[in-house]
Amino acid sequence: MAEQMRTITYRDAVREGLREALQKDERVFLMGEDVGRYGGCFAASKGLLEEFGPERVRDTPLSESTFTGAGIGAALGGMRPIVEIMTVNFSLLALDQIMNNAATYLHMSGGLFNVPLVIRMATGGGKQLAAQHSHSLEGWYAHIPGIKVLCAATLEDARGMLWGALLDPDPVLLFEPSVLYAMEGELAVDAGAVDIAGARLHHEGRDLTLITYGSCLYKCLDAAEQLEVSGISCDVIDLRSLRPLDEESFFTSVAKTHRALIVDEGWRSGSLAAEISARIMENAFYELDAPVERICSVEVPMPYAKHMEEAALPQVKTIVETARRMIHG
Amino acid sequence: MSHDRSTNGQPLTDREQSLEFLRQMLRIRRFEEKSAELYSAQKIRGFLHLYIGEEAVAVGVAGGLNKDDALVATYREHGHAMVKGMAMNTIMAEMYGKVTGCCRGRGGSMHLFDAEHRLYGGNAIVGGGLPVAVGLALADQLQKNHRVTCCCFGEGAMAEGEFHEALNLAALWHLPVLFVCENNYYAMGTALIRSEAVVDLPSKAASYGVETATVDGMDVIAVAEAAQQAASQVRQNGGPFFLECRTYRFRPHSMFDPELYRSKQEVEGWKQRCPIESLIRRIREKGWIDDSRLGELEGAVAAEIAAAVDYAEQSPWESLEELTRFVYSESEVR
Repeated sequence: MAEQMRTITYRDAVREGLREALQKDERVFLMGEDVGRYGGCFAASKGLLEEFGPERVRDTPLSESTFTGAGIGAALGGMRPIVEIMTVNFSLLALDQIMNNAATYLHMSGGLFNVPLVIRMATGGGKQLAAQHSHSLEGWYAHIPGIKVLCAATLEDARGMLWGALLDPDPVLLFEPSVLYAMEGELAVDAGAVDIAGARLHHEGRDLTLITYGSCLYKCLDAAEQLEVSGISCDVIDLRSLRPLDEESFFTSVAKTHRALIVDEGWRSGSLAAEISARIMENAFYELDAPVERICSVEVPMPYAKHMEEAALPQVKTIVETARRMIHG
Repeated sequence: MSHDRSTNGQPLTDREQSLEFLRQMLRIRRFEEKSAELYSAQKIRGFLHLYIGEEAVAVGVAGGLNKDDALVATYREHGHAMVKGMAMNTIMAEMYGKVTGCCRGRGGSMHLFDAEHRLYGGNAIVGGGLPVAVGLALADQLQKNHRVTCCCFGEGAMAEGEFHEALNLAALWHLPVLFVCENNYYAMGTALIRSEAVVDLPSKAASYGVETATVDGMDVIAVAEAAQQAASQVRQNGGPFFLECRTYRFRPHSMFDPELYRSKQEVEGWKQRCPIESLIRRIREKGWIDDSRLGELEGAVAAEIAAAVDYAEQSPWESLEELTRFVYSESEVR
């Protein structure tokens, strides 16, 4: 019997995940700027304050470092906090707590103290929010041992990754591309928690592997359809977890297609795309028929003007052109 | 700077308590003197920050806490670890970098952790422990545990934004945190008057609506009394309290400090107020101790330290195969 589906937005899927977590586990609470009375900066937590009360849906002052650190302390004290930071740019104010405390406690204490904390935040450009609200810094976080880094590109993951992250005994950063909150699509009525480990193959092909995550998944899928028409078929891999990386997913694909193109909204230098490219070179060099290529954001602080922002971000046209050049020279 | 050197300390009333405080302070003092020696002998490496001169603060504050209260400390925390109940063996082995250390040699002097005694580090980022203390207290409030989280930090931390954020949040959410400022007048080598426009430290906490007190941090009896009052107030009311302990570090900031920023006279002046000597003097005046009893006490402490050094010396190193353990948890059980 076919699964029963319903139409839902990414934002509502996130909210369902939050609601499920708050219902399932008394230790779970949500805190962050404007998560309560305002309903969340992207309206993801709208209605949850009324449903669960101010102890469990907590508006915080604009003190990123301290409410993130308080999340760490509460996790150490037996709770399962979900900390929401409005955008990845603001998370830099909490970087000390994330890097020096959350990521290090377990190792520094010789295994005594794990930190079961989930930090959610919006990331990425595409909404003309300029240079202090639009960057994709999840690749930076993926550099840090001791934390796990997820990015939910699909409705299934927006709905289900949170519970998977809460089941993890260690700190998990869950990124939500801000451009996707309004995305609408079909989701199973009984959609629930998902496994947070592993990449997912969204489109199968034989000529080229497109490796991506987050909102660039949809650009890659569009590109793959256009390329299909002209006889180039692509594997499209959504990484889902940026740390740890499911490297087998792209090694396996590259062994079939012999070509890889990485599409990453982060800046090119020192990027996650660079890491993936290096791993392919180290582990699958002799599978390659062409050099690994990357499409990343242009290395400028994100501009406001629409045409400039579009030019700075990876776009379908560039993916298609690069793919054609990689196949046909 | 308000160095109040006029007091001779509070009169003693409790013999057992006075002798126990003396014993605790001597344990810390002698342990650290030995640690400095072992540092010179290259047995202990990395940074080593000595608490010598400030012992009355940790001992007195611990006197006001219950066994199940949490403690968040700084990188100058050997004394805090000892008064919280950690054995010298495990602390010394940690500083040797041995696998029998409290953190298997992963933390060293600056990062002592103990789950059983609820010591949440050894934090070496100035101010970095304050938000964590706020969170531990939040967990207690939500779980209706009537416990106190004590957070010790230096006056240098009060220039950090995290101090102000943490005080505000603890006051706003009425969280049971006892903030203890160990004011030793120097943030590493920068004098308080060179780093703060307002040197009245409690006024900063008071501006967040937090109750405050200041105590002579060179008098363990005074610190214990103040900490006892502060902690019971936190326990009863649930909200935070800020206690300033005015103290002084007799030794350099770490083992790499030529002390160019303060005068010998200033250091000597404070040494006249040594918390241990001052307590011994008062205990003698009461007739509660004589030379022979004091000798016994010193002998017992020396034996404990010798055993700790021996333990650390004999302990094995962790196998290199274990290097990447504890980056992530090994068990999925929550």
